[in-house]
Amino acid sequence: MTSSRTRPVSGSQRPTVRRSVATVAMTAAAMLALAACAPGGSGPAATTDTEVSTTLTSEKVELTIADETGFPVTEKLADEFTKQHPNITFTINRDTFANLTANSPKLMASDDAPDLIRLPTIGDTVKDGLLANLDPYFDAYDWDTWSKSQLAPLRVSDDGVRGSGSLYQLGLGYSVTGIYMNTELAATAGIDAPPATFGELQDDFAKAKAAGLLPIMAGDKDGVVNFVVQAAMNQFADKGEFASWIFNEDGATYDTPGNVKGADLIKTWADAGYFPSDLNAIDYATFVSRFQGGEGVFAFNGNWAAAETQEKMGDDVAFFLVPPVEADGKHVAMGAANSFSVPAKSKHINEIVYFLNWIHTDDAARQIVVDVTGAAPGGDPAQAMPTVKPGSLIEDALEMSATVGADDGQIDFMSNATAGIYAGAIIPESQLLATGKTSGQDFVTAVQKFYEQELAG
Amino acid sequence: MSESTHPRRATRSAVARRGYGWLFVVPALAAYLLFVIYPLILGIQYSLYKWNGVGASEFVGLKNYLRVFSDPDLLASIGNAFVLIAFFTIIPVSAGLFLATLIRSIKPGPFSSASQAILFLPQIIPLAAAGIAWSWMYAQTGAVNQLLRAVGLDAITRPWLGDFQTALPAVGLIGSWVLTGLCTVLFLTGISKIDGSLYEAVRLDGAGWFREFFTITIPGLRQEIAVLTTITIIAALSSFDIIYTTTLGGPGRSTLVPGISIYRIGFTQSDVGLASAFGIVLMILVLVCVLPIQRLSKESER
Repeated sequence: MTSSRTRPVSGSQRPTVRRSVATVAMTAAAMLALAACAPGGSGPAATTDTEVSTTLTSEKVELTIADETGFPVTEKLADEFTKQHPNITFTINRDTFANLTANSPKLMASDDAPDLIRLPTIGDTVKDGLLANLDPYFDAYDWDTWSKSQLAPLRVSDDGVRGSGSLYQLGLGYSVTGIYMNTELAATAGIDAPPATFGELQDDFAKAKAAGLLPIMAGDKDGVVNFVVQAAMNQFADKGEFASWIFNEDGATYDTPGNVKGADLIKTWADAGYFPSDLNAIDYATFVSRFQGGEGVFAFNGNWAAAETQEKMGDDVAFFLVPPVEADGKHVAMGAANSFSVPAKSKHINEIVYFLNWIHTDDAARQIVVDVTGAAPGGDPAQAMPTVKPGSLIEDALEMSATVGADDGQIDFMSNATAGIYAGAIIPESQLLATGKTSGQDFVTAVQKFYEQELAG
Repeated sequence: MSESTHPRRATRSAVARRGYGWLFVVPALAAYLLFVIYPLILGIQYSLYKWNGVGASEFVGLKNYLRVFSDPDLLASIGNAFVLIAFFTIIPVSAGLFLATLIRSIKPGPFSSASQAILFLPQIIPLAAAGIAWSWMYAQTGAVNQLLRAVGLDAITRPWLGDFQTALPAVGLIGSWVLTGLCTVLFLTGISKIDGSLYEAVRLDGAGWFREFFTITIPGLRQEIAVLTTITIIAALSSFDIIYTTTLGGPGRSTLVPGISIYRIGFTQSDVGLASAFGIVLMILVLVCVLPIQRLSKESER
């Protein structure tokens, strides 16, 4: 500091000098920062100009996959692929679901982006140019024969609306949800078969309650009860309208008579004592283990829990779709791809898409998907299904997938509507709804308000 | 200082020496600028933009700050943080004072050092682990309810963390449990520095335990009280890990605190601008609460 050098130095002046140095440093840093341009990139990055090829390279290639913890199917598939094609090896990096989803945009924007990443919500990633557009491969591999309703949620239009447009994701298994029933407990309450209509299901809840049993095992510390909430809404809402809301179509609303009716039912069930009294303290793992331990007659959950539930409960459990309102009505069920995307910055797009195509078409790969996840392998519905143990819950799950496919009844999870809606609105509001502290209308209004706010930014 | 006694002759060498002195400060200063000041300035800059952390950004002025002060959910989370001060600051500091005086009155020996060690134990457990352990104890079938049932208080058993009325106090008490040990140990070292003759003197004047506590112990521990109040208020206002591992802000929004809101807005919703603005507001809030305490403790020294 030139000014301080000419001054006589005395003890009393030192603090002033020190302070002025600090001030100058801080001002300089501040000016530097403010003079710099606005944070972030300037728009979509250039997509890699890889030439599309459906033949696998014979060179040695190492592919990187970023996946969540506790999802072993990627490992098994990678091992099998390397066995079939020894020149391709894999590195799989795992992080918890919450960490991975929070970091994925930054991971994909970095120079050492992975070649494949687990991406539950697309959010702004397409707009920011982070994902590889898979349309050229769709044509090259002729994925036209694959189930359209399974791929629709993986498409994004130019306006950022999901459900149509270019393909940006594929699933490592396609899930389906339904109801697990503890058949042993059900029998003691006089319930001897899965209900055929939604009305019968409600009668069964009442029977279970009357028999002194807990009708519905559920938890809502981390939002699991919303499988029940959406299952009820699905039966009364217009499926197209509901889907357009989940896909963020302009002007779509959550506040529909069907959704309100479904939400009101949840309050009714809560008031009738159909849910556990400590609902809001139960997380997903506790919910699963308590149901498997024999607490509760029914539990709303997905096919991913089938293998473990079978192991724990043996033959005392059934798995079926949520029944429609009318006996001959069409089934509607939540389901989604275990969605993975290829980052635009991947240096091996041809190889990783070859791997994705192989997962959907190779018999060994499809068998792994079914065995490990219990989810349908996707791909061409005409292709033979992997073999499963007759009478097992996984067999039920595959049949359920087929029924939903035939009824065109698959709908995405409402928690996938936006990145923040689950933690920010659906969970806190359902914690009120499923304990009877708020009405169906208030629940729907609050969620819609958050949705509009988040989409507006 | 030698240079002030011989101002003229010493000037040049002192300047040179001070130049060297600065050299020694450079590493620390650089680290401070790089890891504290620079991120802070970036945070202020981000708070003026609408930005998702990756893509293009848009300058929005003070709009994010307006949102912080107009969103009832965000304001409620600040309110919850202030309720936590009662559990993170008032309870541990008072309990710490009481326990430290109690332990002081016990003869030094295995019993007093054992009680110190036990009281300090919670402090060495990571908050996140404490949160998980306590969420088991607070569960419907957990230790807390078992204890209540054992003494015939079945009527008040409940899932403490899942109940709208009890979740916030229940979470707060975990903080009290963790921080009481720290307060006790710091107060004990403070008490050991108080001149023993002062205690003798008041006792000769016929003072009882209370008189001794208020005339000698409390004034003697002024510094420690100020430091602990500061630390614990910061812990309350910026709490994150306990809430994250126990309630995630629920049920409803009854235990939502700014730390959780900022994390969600910034990393789940990718609204870096709003998260930064809320972060800056939280920082100012902490300073507003903590600076007067610093001033008070300094004034009372004079």
